[in-house]
Amino acid sequence: MELTEQATFAVGSDAGNGALSIRLSGAWTLRRGLPSAERIEHELAARRPSAVVFEVHELGAWDSALVTFLRHIEALCTRHHVAMHREALPAGVQRLLALAGAVREQPSVRRVSSRMPRVARLGTAALDLAANGVRTVTFIGDVTLATGRFVRGTARFRFRDLAVLVQECGARALPIVTLISVLVGMILAFVGAVQLERFGAQIYVADLVGVAMVREMGCIMTGIIMAGRTGSGFAAQIGTMQVTQEVDALTTLGIPAVDFLVLPRIVALCVMMPVLCVYADVLGIGGGAVVGVGMLDLTLPQYVHETASAITFANFAVGVAKSVVFGAVVGIAGCLRGMQAGRSSAAVGDAATSAVVTGIVLIIAADGVFAVLFNMLGI
Amino acid sequence: MTATPPPLAVHGLTLGYGDRVVLKDVAFTVKRGEIFIIMGGSGSGKSTVLRHLIGLGEPVKGAVFYGGVDFTTATADERNAILRRIGVLFQSGALWTSMTLLENVALPLEEYTDLTPGEIRDVASLKLDLVGLPGFEDYYPSEVSGGMQKRAALARAIALDPDVLLFDEPSAGLDPVSSRHLDDLILQLRDSLGATIVVVTHELASILAIGDDSIFLDADTRTAIAGGSPKELLAQSTDPRVLRFLTRGAEGAPGGRTNG
Repeated sequence: MELTEQATFAVGSDAGNGALSIRLSGAWTLRRGLPSAERIEHELAARRPSAVVFEVHELGAWDSALVTFLRHIEALCTRHHVAMHREALPAGVQRLLALAGAVREQPSVRRVSSRMPRVARLGTAALDLAANGVRTVTFIGDVTLATGRFVRGTARFRFRDLAVLVQECGARALPIVTLISVLVGMILAFVGAVQLERFGAQIYVADLVGVAMVREMGCIMTGIIMAGRTGSGFAAQIGTMQVTQEVDALTTLGIPAVDFLVLPRIVALCVMMPVLCVYADVLGIGGGAVVGVGMLDLTLPQYVHETASAITFANFAVGVAKSVVFGAVVGIAGCLRGMQAGRSSAAVGDAATSAVVTGIVLIIAADGVFAVLFNMLGI
Repeated sequence: MTATPPPLAVHGLTLGYGDRVVLKDVAFTVKRGEIFIIMGGSGSGKSTVLRHLIGLGEPVKGAVFYGGVDFTTATADERNAILRRIGVLFQSGALWTSMTLLENVALPLEEYTDLTPGEIRDVASLKLDLVGLPGFEDYYPSEVSGGMQKRAALARAIALDPDVLLFDEPSAGLDPVSSRHLDDLILQLRDSLGATIVVVTHELASILAIGDDSIFLDADTRTAIAGGSPKELLAQSTDPRVLRFLTRGAEGAPGGRTNG
């Protein structure tokens, strides 16, 4: 049974030969912690003994804690040029000490923690940014070439993968798209109703909701939803395939990873995003109608008629066209981050996070560009 | 009854996923300080046994005892207390990739001891020195070789001075020399730490070099068909399946031994 005594040691001098004797007693286990070796260091410096010896008659249970302590003393002895006699120690301790010292540390192995000067860090960051930019452009170029092959029908991927991805990006996304678009439609109608009611212009709630959903909110909200649920999924999936060398296996077979992994994902998103966007438009308008009819004393036929007269084909086409671009953006961001992921579990997480952030930022930026563009074109 | 219960005993273990039985009626007892081998061909359920020994799977039937305490029916707290006395070396090493080697070894110490950060660093360095990795404290797992990862994982497994060490395919993915070094290390650690070691492996060289006792799992009958010291099994077993395994198919194969 384990001794309950605390690990302690007493320092004495060996009769005659001028050695420092360390008497170990109690239980030396990791659970109980270690006594400080400061006193021994002090004694070594003060007495300058010829050697260090141990007495272990009162030593109880021991584990690595004792070995760690002894290694500390060994280091002290070396520093003070004093011999440490291990003979009295338990055989197991001697073996562990021998094993721990068996492999000599290679002189160049240990890391010197070097903190770079600020300017150097700034420079490294800039170079990283430039390298990242080059990688991104290269990737977009690869995807463009792969798209060319896809159009010509020579891209190498499995149609079954594409079908599964279409299902994943389409049907599986319906519940969340339903929830978000209905809520967005209701919120728009509610905000509009409060303002427009003051002018007695309640009926224009239908215009507001209709145009906003069809032109902007439908495609932006589905884009953001897809960035969150699908873009991050793509990044994590491809990132994990990097870790497990599945991407390397494809490359070795001569199958371009961009064809096999990236292309079907982007195609699936570009195909399903417009469908989801139209679905979101309809449900958003439906959500607006619920608030309009429920709160504003409008009848449903009135609301529907007003909506129909407000939405032009141009508005609708603009929304759908943008959704295709957003689909491509989400797909490219997700796959790019996955392909760039480092080979550790943390890197896969970073890739997923970064895919969502990149996707959402690019969606909003692209939407801004579209706004300016369509304004200039007068659409 | 012996005075002290064996460090690990398995009674009538039947394992399966859902309706599919992977192994049935596996029983063995590991004596203190010995190296016990769980061997068998691919698909014989060796690794499944190991997963059930550490609670990563629940057996269909049977029980696992550590030092006489029933692990199978233990509460979560009791299990944790038992698991703290067990070190596991996973097949792929399973080092945490976002931590340095030192941090990997230090984590169990931080969780389960009251040592100061400086002492934890000392103990963790000692463990890395014991497995022959002095000076590699601040490296990340991805920066060292596969053999070094295995040894670092071993250092993590022995961080808390376990009573029982469980190894899953320790030599998987290592060259013969590294594999031999690891075997030597396992022997040295057993001798110096006094730990009981259970090794799941199909590496013949390791089995014969380090095994004191063993159990042989057969994929077809889905149970243990032989047991005992691997060297004696090789010399005395008459079961063709066991011999075929221990001689790498040279003997005991159907139609074999024709020229003998």
